[in-house]
Amino acid sequence: MSNYLIRRLWQFIPTLLGVVLLVFFLFNWVGGDPAYLLAGKIASPELIENIRRSLGIDQPYWVQLWIFVKQVATADFGVSWSTNERVSQIFATRLGPSLTVLLPLLVISTVIALGAAMLVAYYRGSLTDRGIMIACTVGQSVSILVYILLLQYWLAYQLGWFPVQGWGSTLGENLLRYAALPILVGVIVSLAPDIRLYRSFFLDEIGQDYVRTARAKGLGEGRVVWLHVLRNAAIPITTNVMMQIPGLLAGAFLIERFFSIPGIGREVILAVERSDFPVIKAVTVYVAIATMIVNLLADLTYRALDPRVQLK
Amino acid sequence: MSLWQLAWRRFVRDPVGVASAAVVLAFTALAAASALGWIARDWSSEVAVSYAPPPFMKEELLGEEMRETASSAALPDYGIQDPIAKELAEVRASLTEMAKGEARAGSLVFGADKWGRDVLKKAIKGTETSLLVGFAAAALATLLGTLFGAFAGYHGSWVDDFFNWLYSVFTSIPYLLLVLAVAAVLGQKGILTVVLILGLTGWTGIFRLVRAEYLKHRVREYVLAADAVGASNARRMFAHILPNVSHVVLVQLSLHVVLFIKSEVILSFLGFGVGVDTVSWGTMLAEAPSELILGMWWQIAAATLFMALAVTAFSLFTDAARDALDPRLQ
Repeated sequence: MSNYLIRRLWQFIPTLLGVVLLVFFLFNWVGGDPAYLLAGKIASPELIENIRRSLGIDQPYWVQLWIFVKQVATADFGVSWSTNERVSQIFATRLGPSLTVLLPLLVISTVIALGAAMLVAYYRGSLTDRGIMIACTVGQSVSILVYILLLQYWLAYQLGWFPVQGWGSTLGENLLRYAALPILVGVIVSLAPDIRLYRSFFLDEIGQDYVRTARAKGLGEGRVVWLHVLRNAAIPITTNVMMQIPGLLAGAFLIERFFSIPGIGREVILAVERSDFPVIKAVTVYVAIATMIVNLLADLTYRALDPRVQLK
Repeated sequence: MSLWQLAWRRFVRDPVGVASAAVVLAFTALAAASALGWIARDWSSEVAVSYAPPPFMKEELLGEEMRETASSAALPDYGIQDPIAKELAEVRASLTEMAKGEARAGSLVFGADKWGRDVLKKAIKGTETSLLVGFAAAALATLLGTLFGAFAGYHGSWVDDFFNWLYSVFTSIPYLLLVLAVAAVLGQKGILTVVLILGLTGWTGIFRLVRAEYLKHRVREYVLAADAVGASNARRMFAHILPNVSHVVLVQLSLHVVLFIKSEVILSFLGFGVGVDTVSWGTMLAEAPSELILGMWWQIAAATLFMALAVTAFSLFTDAARDALDPRLQ
């Protein structure tokens, strides 16, 4: 087990190095000279020269790469180009609001999707199954933008059940007042793809021999479905849920932007709009590290869920 | 009978597949006609009054407007002479003359936007943009994914290691974050930029599947036989194995068209997508928030309707094509 852990952590290095190279290639090579961007419209050659020197862009590429590697290793990406706020500070303050929305969203949507998926998988081929599947296909074809726009307009602006946007200062206020509608929107949007996916996982299990055996020895349908089938389908489901986390962190940017939630996703959008390279670089590298760690955790969870799984 | 003939037979037996294929064809024809300039060429001309409603909404809105003008005329002026009354009258006169010259429509089938442009024509032109981006980006991503997958799966050893490393690097960054990072770096808008962003970042899923297929096929007897008669590596990879895995590639192509159409809408909405002189479903949705507050819902309705129809048809078509090409999956 410890051998496995060490080897997996060891494998992080080439991947992380690749991410660093990719980000470096994008921002220092494709992105061109940021000095002109920073100096603004009216720039003297001296000003540009100063900025270039302070950012280290006048150095050869390998020195610049070394500066970037040091930034990643010390988790110090300097300051934001547009607000002069420390990048580490930006992360520390934006992570909380993001998680306030994302964790309840993940739990609620998973529970509902599991229930619905089990229902349609159990009654496979029936009218309920086909109806829900068609509804999911159509529901998925509408852009997430439309869901956000219409639900925000209808539930918040017209009916006034929720605040249109904003963010408070205490956790309770945020969770119950400001995060409620964003969570609702997120759940609605993620239901269709989740139900389709979990249905296919359940279908793989429901036809297996052990299900027939469980029924043959007289177990009730509820026990068969919720204990035997669910536990065996747990591996792909757990992987899927865990894999969603890093993507959601940056992927909820549309929800965060529309509802003015000061989270990481909104920060990404702002940074892209302002060409704030340090922030985007830091987000990309951190989220990549988070993804790798979550992948490892998912593999370890397999082992806990199913003793037959051998970690090599 | 060949694989394709068998697949075709299975496909035409599936009514959902045939119907969705018809809708996909209709949308492609619409986009082609728009690209050739047969329809919606004048989408940017201002043909109607600002926010002209659809015909069935006309009565309702006109009533409101008349009430508004009546109340503003009743404003008391406390006996003070309006100092610019003469100038205002002149401006009004010239405005009505201009309006007479253009004769703008009071209502349109799908209504008009803020500048009085026909929403239906915008939606058609947007179909062209979105399908073009979707197809071109999917073609690029499929080309990259297939090439990489073929080399990695066929050659194995360090080639495989290298492409697997590239794959793990690209997949460790969430897709939309990578797209946004590339958009930030490129910093310019346009159809070509969007195609490059989506195509260069979206090849990973295709790579994994194609690589697995090549791993399976390279030890099969027909490939060994081709080796024995002296076929070159390239010939074995692309003349022998590729036709046998092309059904996987085609299904992925179709799947990615849907994915990229959706991504383009989001990119354009955020302002990182197509340029300001181009219309797409995303730029139409970008105008929607301010319109909704005014109660003008027809532009978001048109964009949503077009997009939902096209994407649903494409998804159902992909499912049907996969079932027809690979019956084991059912």
